[in-house]
Amino acid sequence: MAEIEAVEVTRSYRMDGVSVDALRGVSLTIEEGDYAAIIGPSGSGKSTLMHLLGCLDRPTTGTLLVGGRDVGTLDDSELAELRNQTIGFVFQSFQLLARTTALDNVALPLVYRGVRRAERRKRAAEALDAVNLGHRIGHKPTQMSGGEQQRVAIARALVGEPSVLLADEPTGNLDTVNGDEVMGILERLNKERGVAVVLVTHEADIAARARRIIRVRDGLIEAVAEAPEPS
Amino acid sequence: MRITESFRVAFDALRANRLRSLLTMLGVVIGVAAVVVLVAIGGGAKQLVTSEVEGLGSNIVFVVPGKFQIGTTPAVSRLQLSDADYLNRVLGRPDAVAVDLTSAEDLRAGTNTYYASVQGTTANVVDVFDRPLAEGRYVSKADIATARRVIVLGPDAAAALFPDTDPIGRQVSMSGVEFRVIGLFQAKGGAFGVSPDTEVHIPVTAAQRLFGMDNISGFAVKADTPGDVDAVGAKLVDALKQKYQGDEFTAVSQTEILGTIGKILSMLTLVLAAIAGISLLVGGVGVSNIMLVSVRERTKEIGLRKALGARQRDVLSQFLLEAVMLTSIGGVIGIGLGIGASAILSAFTPLPAVLAWWSIVLAFGVSVAVGVFFGVMPARRAGRLDPVVALRTE
Ligand SMILES: Nc1ncnc2c1ncn2[C@@H]1O[C@H](COP(=O)(O)OP(=O)(O)O)[C@@H](O)[C@H]1O
Ligand SMILES: [Mg+2]
Repeated sequence: MAEIEAVEVTRSYRMDGVSVDALRGVSLTIEEGDYAAIIGPSGSGKSTLMHLLGCLDRPTTGTLLVGGRDVGTLDDSELAELRNQTIGFVFQSFQLLARTTALDNVALPLVYRGVRRAERRKRAAEALDAVNLGHRIGHKPTQMSGGEQQRVAIARALVGEPSVLLADEPTGNLDTVNGDEVMGILERLNKERGVAVVLVTHEADIAARARRIIRVRDGLIEAVAEAPEPS
Repeated sequence: MRITESFRVAFDALRANRLRSLLTMLGVVIGVAAVVVLVAIGGGAKQLVTSEVEGLGSNIVFVVPGKFQIGTTPAVSRLQLSDADYLNRVLGRPDAVAVDLTSAEDLRAGTNTYYASVQGTTANVVDVFDRPLAEGRYVSKADIATARRVIVLGPDAAAALFPDTDPIGRQVSMSGVEFRVIGLFQAKGGAFGVSPDTEVHIPVTAAQRLFGMDNISGFAVKADTPGDVDAVGAKLVDALKQKYQGDEFTAVSQTEILGTIGKILSMLTLVLAAIAGISLLVGGVGVSNIMLVSVRERTKEIGLRKALGARQRDVLSQFLLEAVMLTSIGGVIGIGLGIGASAILSAFTPLPAVLAWWSIVLAFGVSVAVGVFFGVMPARRAGRLDPVVALRTE
C-alpha cells in the first residue's frame, strides 16, 4: 500500500473575495521508503502540496489518502492524530522552541501521543543519537549552529517513527557543508529505516540525489523524472 | 496530552515572561487581598460589637415605650419613676427593675470639659448591668430619695475632666449645676465611641430636675436565666399595657439587639467584599488582554505544536491553564498579603480584623474562576488557529 496517494487534488484560497488556485489538480503517489524531490519556481504551490501531504490542510477537491485514510473525511483532531502518527516535518527555519532544550524539543511529538516523560526522554535521546547530537541533549537552540538546529529538528521529525518525512527546503537556511550533512542524515534514515522522504528544494544538485524529481509549475505537476536505478 | 505535562508547559510559559506575568497577576493579587482584609475587618467589627453588647450583662431585657426597633426614634415616654416599684411588685422581686433616663450634656471641671452621655439611674443599675467600681461608691437609695447632686464617672470622663488629680470629692458642673464625684467605674473597653467608659451616672431624680423632665426613658431587668428573658419581658409589657391603656410597649432582649446589629454588619461586610470583588474582575480583564497578546506572539509556536500533532483541545487547555495558573498564583499571593495586612491592622490600629476562612476559600475560588472565565476566549482563539497560517506567520 502506498503511504500517500493524491488523486486530482486541488487547493484554492479565498482572499478578499478573490480565489487563488494554489494547486490545480495534482495526482501523486508516495510509496513506502520513497525518496522524492519537489522542485519548481517560487509560488508554484510546493509548500501547499507539502501541507496537504502532511495532513496540515485538506484538499478543496480531489482525494487524498494518507496511511490509507481519506483526509477529506477526517475532523481536526483525527487529522492531528494522523499526522502525529505518520508524518515527520522538517521546516526551512527549523521551528524549534527557543527556551526549550534539544531533548525536550525532540520529545514534543510524543507529548501529544500521551507517552510518559521518562519514556519520552529515552526515545528523544535515541533520536538525537541518530543525528549525531547525543552530546548536546541539554543545549538550547540559541547555543547551537544552524546545522545542529536542523539536525535537532530532524530528530524531532524522527522520534515518533513516522513512515514519511516531509522536508520543505531543509537546506534553505544552511551553508553547503551543513546542508550536505543534513542531506546525508536524511538519506541514511531513508536507506536504513525505510522512511519515505519527500523534500522541496531549489538546488538542482540536491534534487538530483533523489530517486524521483517532481517538477511543479503553476499548481500542476509539469514533469516527473525517475533517476536511473543505482547499480 | 497529559495534565502534568500541561501544567509544566503553562508554568514554563509564565516563567519565560516573569515580569509580565507578575504585573498581570497584580490586579488579581490586589483584588483578593482586598476581599480578605475587608471581610476580616467586617468580621472583627461584628465580633467587637457582639462582645460589647454581651458586656452589658447577660440575661438583660429592656422595656421601652412604643413599637421599638433599632434605628427608629424612641417614642415619647409617659413612664414614671414610680412605675419601677409597680413592676417590682409585678415580678415579686424588690429592686429587680433598673431605671434609665439619658441625655447628652457638657461636663465641666475647672477648665476641662467633656461631652458625655449622662444617665439618670437607680441604685440597682450596678447589679443589673454588672458595672463594678474602681473607687468610691455608686448612687444610693438615699441619693435618689433626696435627688442629691452626686455623680459617678466612667474612666474616659474621669481622665478628661481630672487628668492630674483624684476626682473623688471634686465638683463637676452641668448646665451650671454642681455635682460631687462619689465614684469611678472600672474600665470596660469598647470601640467606635460607644464604650460604656464614656458614661457618667447621676441619681435619676437629679437627672429629672437637671433635664427638666418628669418621665423616664425605660426600664432594664435582669432575668434569672437566658430562658426567662422572653417571659419576663412579656410580663412587664403586659403590666405596663394594663396601666397605660392604649399605649404600646416593647421588650428588647440582648439577643435581639445582637441579631439586628449582626445582620447590619454582615450586610456591610458583604457590600465591602463585593466592591473588592469588582477589582478582581478588572484584574481578570487584564489577564484576558495579556493572554491575547501572548497568543499572538506565540502563533508560530502554536502552528508548530499543531504540526507535531497537538489537537485543538491540547492548545486550548495549554492557554487556559496558563490563564488559570496566573490568576490562582495571584490569588494565593493576594491571600498571603491579605492575611499579613489583617494581622498588621489588628496589631497596630484599634480596627479589629478577624480572618474568615470562608473569605479565603471564596477568594481563591473566585481567582480560579476569573482565570477560566477570562482565559477561555484567548485560549479558544489559540486552539482554533489554522496550523498552515500559523506556521507561515513571521
Ligand atoms: N494562506 C494562503 N492564502 C492565500 N494564498 C495563499 C496562501 N498560501 C499560499 N497561497 C498562494 O498559493 C500559491 C502557492 O504558494 P506556496 O505553496 O507557498 O508556493 P511555493 O512554496 O511553491 O513558493 C501562491 O500564489 C501563494 O501566494
Ligand atoms: Mg514554499
